[in-house]
Amino acid sequence: MAVNVMTASDVTKKIFNQESLFILDVRNESEFQDWKIEGQNFEHVNVPYFELLDGVEEILDQIPSDKETLVVCAKEGSSVMVAEMLSEAGLDVSYFKGGMKAWSEHLEPVKVSDLKNGGELYQFVRIGKGCLSYMVISDGEAAIIDPTRMTDVFTQFAKEKGVTIQHVFDTHLHADHISGGTMLAEETGATYWMPPKDATEVTFNYQPLEDGGQVTIGDTAIDIHALYSPGHTIGSTSFIVDEKYLMTGDILFIDSIGRPDLAGKAEDWVADLRESLYSRYKALSEDLVVLPAHFMIMDELNEDGTVGATLGTLFSKNHGLNIEDEAAFRKMVTENLPPQPNSYQQIRETNMGKITPEDEEQREMEIGPNRCAVR
Amino acid sequence: MNQLKTDYLLDAKGLACPMPIVKTKKTMKELDAGQVVEVQATDQGSTADMEAWANSSGHQYLGTIEEEDVLKHYIRKSSDEDTTETKYPHTASNEDVKAKLSNNEQMIVLDVRESAEYAFGHIPNAVSIPLGELDERADELNKDDNIYVVCRTGSRSDLASQKLAEKGFQNVVNVVPGMSEWSGDTEKLNN
Repeated sequence: MAVNVMTASDVTKKIFNQESLFILDVRNESEFQDWKIEGQNFEHVNVPYFELLDGVEEILDQIPSDKETLVVCAKEGSSVMVAEMLSEAGLDVSYFKGGMKAWSEHLEPVKVSDLKNGGELYQFVRIGKGCLSYMVISDGEAAIIDPTRMTDVFTQFAKEKGVTIQHVFDTHLHADHISGGTMLAEETGATYWMPPKDATEVTFNYQPLEDGGQVTIGDTAIDIHALYSPGHTIGSTSFIVDEKYLMTGDILFIDSIGRPDLAGKAEDWVADLRESLYSRYKALSEDLVVLPAHFMIMDELNEDGTVGATLGTLFSKNHGLNIEDEAAFRKMVTENLPPQPNSYQQIRETNMGKITPEDEEQREMEIGPNRCAVR
Repeated sequence: MNQLKTDYLLDAKGLACPMPIVKTKKTMKELDAGQVVEVQATDQGSTADMEAWANSSGHQYLGTIEEEDVLKHYIRKSSDEDTTETKYPHTASNEDVKAKLSNNEQMIVLDVRESAEYAFGHIPNAVSIPLGELDERADELNKDDNIYVVCRTGSRSDLASQKLAEKGFQNVVNVVPGMSEWSGDTEKLNN
């Protein structure tokens, strides 16, 4: 039997389409426990490759014959080896191109909607890590919000669309992934914006985002309104695009809310977080479509692969927006926290420009799941 | 850290996963039980894999030292020492030794494990003489001292205690089980 290849893009489409897939993950157990490729109809078995060096006979009966089988490892090499062994044993399997390293870096552009006056809004779904970036396009110009460090994806996409990137925004100083903001601005000559309160220690130049400020993309005036909404970080800023889309950064997600502890100030920031969620957002139109900077679980994906829901829906369904009692809220966001993201201190320092790790090191720092939220 | 004494050096530098483990596994087959291999690798993922592989295959993962982008993994081939009976009559438990050390009793702790095992964790001030070197180096020890002999499980230290007794050492005690279950202080060679 031939060994097939499956790319990150292929697997992303299977997730979007809720197809089934059997994943034989041959990384060591602790890496598998830390994070894996998840899909609603994906099944997993973890057998480290080094248990299979003498042969795959013992696991053959664990592999279903009625499902597509994908062998996954950290960087590809071991999955090729195991896939070849399975193939020799008569099975039809694929290996995963680039391994979990590629999975961590894959961005899938998905169109959210057309905008008024002919513009377009795209969401870039970083499916393996749960990061969401955005591109607003109008009349030959583009703005990018919360870009990841894989900046070539954005520049390539802009090129295909025939637009020039004019503005780059970060909603806040990220702690879970390395921002591509300054790099992208440098590469394209765009203006880089970030909230001044998150930028007190940064080593680069930036344009300060101010509450109530407005940036226009293209001649057709797609306005981006900055809305100060602290809580995940002190400077966290939301945007309202085209009077319809509310980009909430890491303050509000679809099925969870932002965590206030990643800069070591959980106790101080709880009140800000509550104020942003329960007063500032409450005062906005319920018809706004919330587009967050992250998703945590595959259930948060819409059928077309986008991540978004109206503010009204979230106020009725998101548990974090429905805790009447302030003390209970405080308890939830300070005590009920998932582990902190891998290397989050180093990631913060990188995003401040204080350290500049090599590419390979940046990759390692970002490996692992997203952990920005509390549910 | 100075060069650790090992029985075999495997160069797996520049090789991507799975090759470092594939080569280590092959090398292990050539080694005698209880021998130590140093595997040099540059694949960052090799540390976690080496440890997990050693544990699952019964070998003893000793530790890893990173030196100028090269990862040096130390692994000791499995031996049947866990099941061997000890014969030397004078033994002390880990707890006895711990108590004596905290009372500052006059005593020598003699660690007869391989030098790489010793390097990654030993009782403070323990003297390192691997079992295989004991015959030629026994004269470094003083025959009248109280010597507590320790290894990983009490098996090698049993042999070492017998050897020392034959050579006329009067006050030799085998520590059982030894470092595998040692809960007192340890120190490492500076990394």
